[in-house]
Amino acid sequence: MAYSEKVLQHFKHPQNVGTMDKDQKNVGTGLVGAPECGDVMRLQIEVDEATGKIKDAKFKTFGCGSAIASSSLATEWLKGKSIDEAGAIDNMDIVEELALPPVKIHCSVLAEDAIKSAIKDYKEKNGLS
Amino acid sequence: MAVKQIYLDNNSTTPCDPRVVEAMLPFFYQHPGNAASRSHPFGWEAEEAVDNARKQIADLINVDAKEIIFTSGATEADNLAIKGVFEMYARKGNHIITLTTEHKAVLDSCKKVEKMGGDVTYLEVEENGIVDLAKLEAAITDKTILVSIMWANNETGVIQPMKEIGDICAKHGVLFMSDATQAVGKIPTDPKEVGVHLMAFTGHKMYGPKGVGALFVNRKNPRVKVTAQMDGGGHERGMRSGTLNVPGIVGMGKAAELAKAEMHQDAERLSVLRDKLEAGFKERLEEVYVNGSVDHRMPHVTNISFKHVEGEGLMMTFNQNIAVSSGSACTSASLEPSYVLIALGLGDDLAHSSLRFSLGRFTTDEEIDFTLKAISEGVTHMRDLSPIWEMYKEGVDLESVEWSEH
Repeated sequence: MAYSEKVLQHFKHPQNVGTMDKDQKNVGTGLVGAPECGDVMRLQIEVDEATGKIKDAKFKTFGCGSAIASSSLATEWLKGKSIDEAGAIDNMDIVEELALPPVKIHCSVLAEDAIKSAIKDYKEKNGLS
Repeated sequence: MAVKQIYLDNNSTTPCDPRVVEAMLPFFYQHPGNAASRSHPFGWEAEEAVDNARKQIADLINVDAKEIIFTSGATEADNLAIKGVFEMYARKGNHIITLTTEHKAVLDSCKKVEKMGGDVTYLEVEENGIVDLAKLEAAITDKTILVSIMWANNETGVIQPMKEIGDICAKHGVLFMSDATQAVGKIPTDPKEVGVHLMAFTGHKMYGPKGVGALFVNRKNPRVKVTAQMDGGGHERGMRSGTLNVPGIVGMGKAAELAKAEMHQDAERLSVLRDKLEAGFKERLEEVYVNGSVDHRMPHVTNISFKHVEGEGLMMTFNQNIAVSSGSACTSASLEPSYVLIALGLGDDLAHSSLRFSLGRFTTDEEIDFTLKAISEGVTHMRDLSPIWEMYKEGVDLESVEWSEH
């Protein structure tokens, strides 16, 4: 399997690896995938309540190189975006950026799911629709 | 130590021993004859070289040279054995018994046989990868014509109780076929001693070239025949037509001769290195699991799961320097995790976290040291990235989590 340069870069130097306090009100946590599937992504966003923009994002992933790269890239993209902008991130954007081959497209789908899941969690905690 | 590429994937293929290559070379240009050309020295030389190789191979497994049929590899030999027996013994019955952990060459041949009207029982194995003999015997019916069980498993190295299986087959008058690809040339594999009537194996797993293999077909007590799957000229006693791959066969013969002479010391040396590798990982890391029986397995293989770390991702931390295989879904074209590990009852998560190390004749002690260090570091790095490792460390019971599968 030949990985793209970008995937290798993210794999060697993953961005924003870490854990936020999931009980904090302005933190949204998305946990998607399952160990049996070989892919689990936990993506967290910290929202600036004043501006409504994502000021920090962190991830941890159990999965292959493409899965790690997809979630690392997602956290990079999330910083500075509003919740709505974040929700508009499409998996195909990730596929294009990382040049993922067809067999790895599902990794980008999981990353998109993780973003949406984190947003949903944040909204639910803050009584937003 | 200068970093070079370390090859620990010998179950996938082995490099040709330089002595094998040397033996093969003259047959490409200086002695290029077709072994079936009866009318001139080019042909006679080629035939002699083939006969010699046939003898070397027969000697390795203690059979008669007439019982060796050359093929293009073990896959073809498996096909020939299963389909060939099915067709030849159709009047006797149509039932075949095999295991869920067999190589695809056997499983897919069985599927083909089912389409041709055959009835196949795929027996489950126990957690250690070994077949339950009582279940095997209970599966035999009066329509059973063949039992197909591999000598040693390619993923876990687990060795089946061949003599006991042979006895059961003899008792019920059923032919016993074995895919011995991973065993021949590495451990003593004597089909007549255990009651195996057909045995498939290949050159490229024993430091010989790719593209050549053999099927042992027992000639006396009982006389076994297989219907040819490759027609056209009647070569190999009518069981496999096609011009013989003379250089390949010569290479496989030489590989067999070397294996017979060196197999025991290789096995001894490698089992020490393998044990060092296993013990080393267990010492350096937590949550390390060895898959398959440790009492009945090949001396040079270990299949290890590093829990909460996915195999392909882990391999990316070291695959520029170290070559191994993984049972992870991400490494398979079908995106399914290793069916062999699943059959052992591992659970998908451990299958995704598995690496197969298969050492070889050219593996050194320094390489094992380097591997222990590099892969332990890789596992630690991947666990730092893993949310499920974090959850495990926090004491979360992962079995009780409701995952949002997808």
